[in-house]
Amino acid sequence: MTYARKMLGAASGLALLVAAGAAQADVLFWSTQANPVEEQQAMRDQVLSGHDDAVDYQSNELGPWITRLEAELQADSGTIGLLGALHGNFSAMDPENLVDLGDMGVMSASDTFNDLAKLGTDSMQYMPWMQASYIMAANREALHYLPEGADIDALTYDQLIEWAANAHEAAGEPKFGFPAGPKGLKHRFFQGYLYPSYTNGVVRTFASDKAVTAWEKFRELWAHTNPGSTNFSFMQEQLLSGDAWIVFDHTSRLANAFNERPDDFVAFPAPAGPEGRGFMPVLAGVAIPRTAPDMEASKALIAHLMKPETQIATLKATSFFPVVDVDLPDDLPPSVKAAGDAVAKMSGSADANPGLLPAGLGDKGGDFNRVYVDTFERIVLAGQPIEAVLQDQKTRLEAIMNETGAPCWAPDAPSEGACPVE
Amino acid sequence: MNARLLPYVLILPVTLFLCLFFLYPFVLVAKQAFTTGAGATLDNFREVVSYWKFPISLRNTLLLAVAVVPIQLALSLLMATMVTRMEKGRDMVLYIWTIPLGISDLAAGLIWLAIFEQSGFLNSMLHGVGIVDKPVNLLTFQNPGIVFVAIMLAEIWRATAIMLVILVAGIGLIPKEYYEAAEVFGASPWKRFLRITLPMLRPSLQTALVLRVIMAFEVFAVVAALGGTLFPVLMGETYAYQFDLLNSGAAAAMALIILAISIAATLVILRALRVPKRATI
Amino acid sequence: MAAPVPHPDKEPDAAPAASTRSAGRLLYLAGVILLCAWVLVPIYFLMINTLSAPETVNSFPKPFFPEFDLGSLQFFAGFAGMLAALKNSILVAALTMIMSIAIGSPAGYALSRFDFPGKELFRLLILLTRAFPLPLLALPLAVMFIQTGLDDTQFGLALVHTTLALPFAVLITFSLFSGIPIELEEAAWTLGCTRLTAFTKVVLPLILPGITASAIFAFVISWNEVFAAAVLTIENRTLTAFLLQSLDTPPLHLKFAGGFILVVPALIFIFAVRKYLFAMWGIANR
Repeated sequence: MTYARKMLGAASGLALLVAAGAAQADVLFWSTQANPVEEQQAMRDQVLSGHDDAVDYQSNELGPWITRLEAELQADSGTIGLLGALHGNFSAMDPENLVDLGDMGVMSASDTFNDLAKLGTDSMQYMPWMQASYIMAANREALHYLPEGADIDALTYDQLIEWAANAHEAAGEPKFGFPAGPKGLKHRFFQGYLYPSYTNGVVRTFASDKAVTAWEKFRELWAHTNPGSTNFSFMQEQLLSGDAWIVFDHTSRLANAFNERPDDFVAFPAPAGPEGRGFMPVLAGVAIPRTAPDMEASKALIAHLMKPETQIATLKATSFFPVVDVDLPDDLPPSVKAAGDAVAKMSGSADANPGLLPAGLGDKGGDFNRVYVDTFERIVLAGQPIEAVLQDQKTRLEAIMNETGAPCWAPDAPSEGACPVE
Repeated sequence: MNARLLPYVLILPVTLFLCLFFLYPFVLVAKQAFTTGAGATLDNFREVVSYWKFPISLRNTLLLAVAVVPIQLALSLLMATMVTRMEKGRDMVLYIWTIPLGISDLAAGLIWLAIFEQSGFLNSMLHGVGIVDKPVNLLTFQNPGIVFVAIMLAEIWRATAIMLVILVAGIGLIPKEYYEAAEVFGASPWKRFLRITLPMLRPSLQTALVLRVIMAFEVFAVVAALGGTLFPVLMGETYAYQFDLLNSGAAAAMALIILAISIAATLVILRALRVPKRATI
Repeated sequence: MAAPVPHPDKEPDAAPAASTRSAGRLLYLAGVILLCAWVLVPIYFLMINTLSAPETVNSFPKPFFPEFDLGSLQFFAGFAGMLAALKNSILVAALTMIMSIAIGSPAGYALSRFDFPGKELFRLLILLTRAFPLPLLALPLAVMFIQTGLDDTQFGLALVHTTLALPFAVLITFSLFSGIPIELEEAAWTLGCTRLTAFTKVVLPLILPGITASAIFAFVISWNEVFAAAVLTIENRTLTAFLLQSLDTPPLHLKFAGGFILVVPALIFIFAVRKYLFAMWGIANR
């Protein structure tokens, strides 16, 4: 039977191959998202197969993605029809290189997203495509060690630390997991969760007294964190292997754990600090580079991606949520249900303190992230004194803000001109 | 053909090829290192060198090269002499020893992480034999020594075959008569190795070392897999500048620094293992 | 068991006395076996993980025998375009091999036989190629390829891979030519050979191992190169560009299966050419 299945697999592979060879004018969808092989396959089979034109979906690491795009722009001749990437990737680009999408007649249901997508111009430069967020997840086994009186859907950082400490004691080893690996999204935790929850800001309050408290708390949490975390980039792996019981990560980087063993794990909102429950969205978008070979075909593909049914298919394929109004069906994968509930509870909580994605940083987005990552590495890994590190890193942050002139974004109070580091 | 022109004719294809596909893009990239928005400057170099991680990644890269390359040299020499003396199963043993050559560094990193991670094979073994009751976390910031050794082992495993193949091909060229003559005079195997193999092998040794050392300075994927963020190396920083910070000027500056280190190391090796001129025309 | 590195100064063949000889023999055998295990055991682990069900890959303690679950491999069998990618990879690797040897070995010969002004500069140029990261060069190369129409062709990618393989081809052939006494060639000249026939009849057979070594390098370099392949091929993706990128992203069991699928063809190739590494006519052993 396995043999027959294998042959079938090979045959269908061949069939697809022939199909791909026949259609020359495929739209090349050049993406950094849905990178895991299973998601790539799902994108092709479930999301893009419904489109009238054939689509060649190729998902890449950031390096090749940027390099190829940059080469096509420099050569003034392109094969890429549609770009798929995160808000941060687009905001690092020159808006001149992206085709205006303001006249498309479609847009996301969120004005905030539509504004972000303008990249500081008058018109949408990319189309909000799908969204996600960061949440917490835990092995059910860890629930026994929840501090008394703690509600898992309304945790505070102090309770989380206590919980992690209990689990640490019970297991005899630290069981909190944090994506501090090379590809881990740790900077988002600091920018969208820790800082807003403790300081009600990200930039203004970077070196404030409240920030010192935040880092002290994080150090406490770190004492109960699996010290192997510096190798962790996708927390679903450690959830599944049991190396970590309580974790923080991107919803789509937790999805496999829920899909493989839905009964073993729970998803829940990020904890709250003195300034509320800070959290942050992830926004992915699609854009057309000015070198696209066939504008109409590219725009038609965007229109397809924005259809409610395509958005639902995308949700199933990638665990990224729709950006348009849709009625979610019941047959969603366990990961989507779990993550959806957690995000809903997080944004609906009384103390919610939503943050926005960094905007106006242009190609300094990477440097901005580096400030937070470096601060983490120096304070937590290298054990340097908090105040001194914050003062030192503050100058770097100030330089970035002044160079880009980026105004403050929520939860920082609005600013005239560049957002000041106080 | 004119003997004075012949060498140039012979190197012409390579030169043309490299000019087109290496030198031309190289010059374009290198130029970026010396420019920022405002024209010619050394700012990029200043920026990357003053970054707090630079001394750490420089030290790590050099340390790793110094720790790994001599072991690999000794190991590949040992393996090469062993395999040439073998009578039976020589092809098979040589084949097995060259297997890591076919494995990309990304895959090698994956394999070795599966061994060293908390619920990995090493812990499973220790657990099975009863040395530990539960998996110990090996690759953590508290044990920089273990992280370093893990990276060393993975690198030795991955890249010794590169030197081995070059040395095996070279050892085959040493005339057997030399060894026979030495044996007649009662030279011990060790002496024969020192007096015949090593000197005769010098050209191959030189090549193997130079190539290996250059690659040691470019080490990245295996280190990233095992060391995570704990063991920054120069090449990792270069990629971070290029793709995370989108600062190609700084990335080019880093790459030129690595290049300078590579050239310096190469010159030292070439000098130390100078190949005697066999013939000149 | 995977960890111990055998001590390098175990001298294999022992001294004359019979007892020491057999002891040395034993030591030698043990060394060979140990070194084989050192190479094979990690590969074996890769195989276990490839042939295990997803739950097993995540379990602890890990099994030490594969359970022959083909699920992960089957996933890739159904992956669109695998065969075309495989074909592209082989084609690019073959082109790389031919070009790097054809262009590289004459230069290796020149370096070993002649002293000429500019020789050191030339050697440095060769080495520079290896000492500069390709991902940085990929951008200007891609621009050039798009403008000249080489973009997205197997030949274009093979050109880039040849650049990477050339230093190996030149330096390995150089070191081997240096090991062949010029007297051999001179003898052939006195016997009526021209420089060319002396080369083809006397020298070429001698350096076949070197050519083989260069060929192996060219093949595996091309086979495993991912960055340029990802940037420079779109419809003609190589298997590596197709699979290797996914080695960084979960799920774990597919990472291992992908890694395994990539390793196999390279191993088959090395296996096929291994005996030429020892192929020697004329002076050397046998």
